[in-house]
Amino acid sequence: MLDGKIPSGPIAQKWDNHKMDLKLVNPANKRKFTIIVVGTGLAGGSAAASLAELGYNVLNFCIQDSPRRAHSIAAQGGINAAKNYPNDGDSIHRLFYDTVKGGDYRAREANVYRLAQVSNNIIDQCVAQGVPFAREYGGYLDNRSFGGAQVSRTFYARGQTGQQLLLGAYSSLMRQVNTGKVKLFTRREMLDLVVVGGKARGIIVRNLVSGELERYSADAVVIATGGYGNVYYLSTNAKACNVTAAWRAYKKGAFFANPCFTQIHPTCIPVHGESQSKLTLMSESLRNDGRVWVPKAKDDKRKASEIPENERDYYLERKYPSFGNLVPRDVASRNSKEQCDLGKGVGETKLAVYLDFADAIKRVGENVIREKYGNLFQMYEKITASNPYKESMMIYPAIHYTMGGLWVDYNLMSNLEGLFVLGEANFSDHGANRLGASALMQGLADGYFVIPYTIGGYLAGTKFDKVDTENDAFKEAESQAGERAKKLLSVNGKRTVDSFHKELGLLLWDKCGMARNEKGLLEAKKRIPEIRAEFWENVKVTGNANELNQDLEKAGRVADFLEFAEVLVHDALIRTESCGGHFREESQTAENEAKRDDENFSHVSAWEFKGTEATPVLHKEPLVFENVKLTQRSYK
Amino acid sequence: MSTKKIDLTVKIWRQKNSNDKGRLETYTVKEVSTDSSFLEMLDLVNENLILEGKEPVAFDHDCREGICGMCGSVVNGEAHGPEAGTTLCQLHMRHFKNGETLVIEPWRAKAFPVLRDLVVDRSAFDRIISAGGYVSMNVGGAPDGNAIPVPKKTADLSMDAASCIGCGACVAACPNASAMLFVSAKVSQLALLPQGKAEGSARAKNMVEKMDEEGFGNCTNIGECEAACPKEINLTNIARLNREFFKSTLSE
Ligand SMILES: Cc1cc2nc3c(=O)[nH]c(=O)nc-3n(C[C@H](O)[C@H](O)[C@H](O)COP(=O)(O)OP(=O)(O)OC[C@H]3O[C@@H](n4cnc5c(N)ncnc54)[C@H](O)[C@@H]3O)c2cc1C
Ligand code: SF4
Ligand code: FES
Repeated sequence: MLDGKIPSGPIAQKWDNHKMDLKLVNPANKRKFTIIVVGTGLAGGSAAASLAELGYNVLNFCIQDSPRRAHSIAAQGGINAAKNYPNDGDSIHRLFYDTVKGGDYRAREANVYRLAQVSNNIIDQCVAQGVPFAREYGGYLDNRSFGGAQVSRTFYARGQTGQQLLLGAYSSLMRQVNTGKVKLFTRREMLDLVVVGGKARGIIVRNLVSGELERYSADAVVIATGGYGNVYYLSTNAKACNVTAAWRAYKKGAFFANPCFTQIHPTCIPVHGESQSKLTLMSESLRNDGRVWVPKAKDDKRKASEIPENERDYYLERKYPSFGNLVPRDVASRNSKEQCDLGKGVGETKLAVYLDFADAIKRVGENVIREKYGNLFQMYEKITASNPYKESMMIYPAIHYTMGGLWVDYNLMSNLEGLFVLGEANFSDHGANRLGASALMQGLADGYFVIPYTIGGYLAGTKFDKVDTENDAFKEAESQAGERAKKLLSVNGKRTVDSFHKELGLLLWDKCGMARNEKGLLEAKKRIPEIRAEFWENVKVTGNANELNQDLEKAGRVADFLEFAEVLVHDALIRTESCGGHFREESQTAENEAKRDDENFSHVSAWEFKGTEATPVLHKEPLVFENVKLTQRSYK
Repeated sequence: MSTKKIDLTVKIWRQKNSNDKGRLETYTVKEVSTDSSFLEMLDLVNENLILEGKEPVAFDHDCREGICGMCGSVVNGEAHGPEAGTTLCQLHMRHFKNGETLVIEPWRAKAFPVLRDLVVDRSAFDRIISAGGYVSMNVGGAPDGNAIPVPKKTADLSMDAASCIGCGACVAACPNASAMLFVSAKVSQLALLPQGKAEGSARAKNMVEKMDEEGFGNCTNIGECEAACPKEINLTNIARLNREFFKSTLSE
């Protein structure tokens, strides 16, 4: 059984007690340690900056040409904190409770409580850095509401909260680059983790400009490489988002937890056609005023404005009278799919539903709507060339976030010693479903306020052998990475990398997307190894290894997705309950709602690698709930 | 959304690496959906090239929603193409006509060497930020977020400046290849806020010195930068930067 190393004592004191118990590295000794941080998003950027401030030597890596371009930059809506500035009854305990419930009781209580505790420090830190949060006329910080909560606790910077928080972390990071405590390596991709004597001691990266493979050694390795949503090809994630770093760590012994917990966001701009390369999110705040509907008749060819009121089905309002259009993300997404499956989808592809603002505009006027959502409406019009003030918006769900990730204990350390995992790349805080505005909170909590303490405890309490990059483990990992690139370039088949990625994505979306059942999952499980085999026989990757070669970069990432997808589907197959974003059709209530099975599935599923073609081994971490009562979610 | 398909001729800058001289090469691309983005059009060009066994065009991109600042090329002489306030990834093909010819080139500036095809090295921007684009404070020492009120108008102005995505279009558009708009956006964002005021003039001085050292040109108030900026960063920020810079020369 897996041990999460949760400190003892009452939940509100666990973190403080633990911080007292953790060993400290004395200030003069910190400069003797080197830490590798892979990733410069909210999690990696904040971690690299804070560790350098403490005096450690930090080597920081990212794929993009600048740390400021990590995918965190794209987050729109906001970041939660339990400040209770609006005096509406918020507290650390309430934020904790909402997050555990929102995650459908599949997260570790102690981690979530700590997250809620440090949430307030994050806001203070960001304000001091010069993050221009939205303010009220009195000059104080403004809050807005988000799904899954009855209080107003979301801090924001227009529709660009992720950008501003990331630029804050980036500024702290660049200050440390200036002091020389952080060495920055941009346009580098981690291709392997190096393990020596059972401990993570380094990485192999490819220099994406020269194509050279490079070795770096350290006393600990921090992975903060984000989520794996792009395994579905089409998602709201940036194009470079990948599973490669996490997957390589998994193949070196780190457990992968709950890969089937993926989040599908209900309000995205629908797919336009074959050439579509990614999907664009429209903030969920739109559901405050927009009404979701489809025509009552199948295959209705009329324009939205030509369909009279009594021929429309406002299905969310009809089915969930008390929450209406504001049901949680998973419920809203599943219902759109159901309507489209019934043949009532709209638009050219028939894979869309209406989100209609006509009533709201009639009620409060176009100006009020413009003030609230102006930038979103503008973005929608830019992409679709349709004016949402005049014509009903069309939306459809899309893959957005991945709750699963590398398994970590309370210290955010993997089962593999010396490997720490932060941000979306770990599995820790969101259970089976993440609430809006909680990912930004988690990334910064991990980087600014958790890792600086827990990594110190590890470094102070561990004996290290001297390891440098001449060690055999480095040589071997480097030569394997080189061989792989050679192999990819030598297949010289007939299909492009993207064509395989699209095929895999569609398969997963159909069989392991919004709703999953045994038959479909078994089909996917059979099909994935076939696609993988064809990939290695028939892919065409152009150019050479020793140059800037974006085709080769993509090929490596897709090759890893093709392996990882099988574990994702396997995890979905084994978890026969429905919970959060994981809806198993066999496990639903009489009213077609998700039905959890707490007796058999109140645990984290952590998978251990046993070979690419072998079934991974399951390790369970039982989840114990002492501070919240488990209830079946209902939004009727 | 009425979808059409158009055919185009594209002349794209091809350059193997920073030592290669580079040249424009001409390709035709057929059946481009008018709903697709400019980058999706380039994807199509590349799919065809790969299937013909040729090397695809290297271009930078990531978020494809106008926020990461990774994309950017000069299209028919205009940085990020013809639409105002739009990054290349948010530019849609419905703005082009069937049969049109497009010339696509990388940012041109001494401080942004071409790495390959349309990919340039913009790390000079990171080095400028590293010279002073921050508030010098460590994690742990921050007072309560509401301890210092900031007038809404000031916060909004600061946010306007903070919207810069660091794409480099301002440099590419400027005949002098000056980075003043970029630098002024960061200096303004922080100088406006009480948290950033203390270091205001030192920051301006250090960042401007670094900018000069990196080989960006002087600002001669032409204004092409503002016109090309996808985030519509305002020229008044340059005036604010000049004031902060002037203060630093007084205090010496
Ligand atoms: C459109 C959108 C809107 C969102 N809005 C919100 C919101 O309003 N509120 C909220 O709380 N959350 C939101 N989220 C979720 C949130 O943005 C992410 O979960 C979070 O930012 C992830 O941060 P991260 O630091 O873990 O990873 P990322 O920001 O993804 O950073 C990953 C880093 O790792 C690097 N990297 C990756 N792989 C490798 C490799 N192999 N080698 C080297 N480097 C590598 C990358 O270069 C990058 O620097 C949104 C997500 C999306 C897609
Ligand atoms: S000022 Fe505008 S054009 Fe220049 S880098 Fe910033 S966003 Fe790009
Ligand atoms: S790809 Fe991110 S701004 Fe264009």
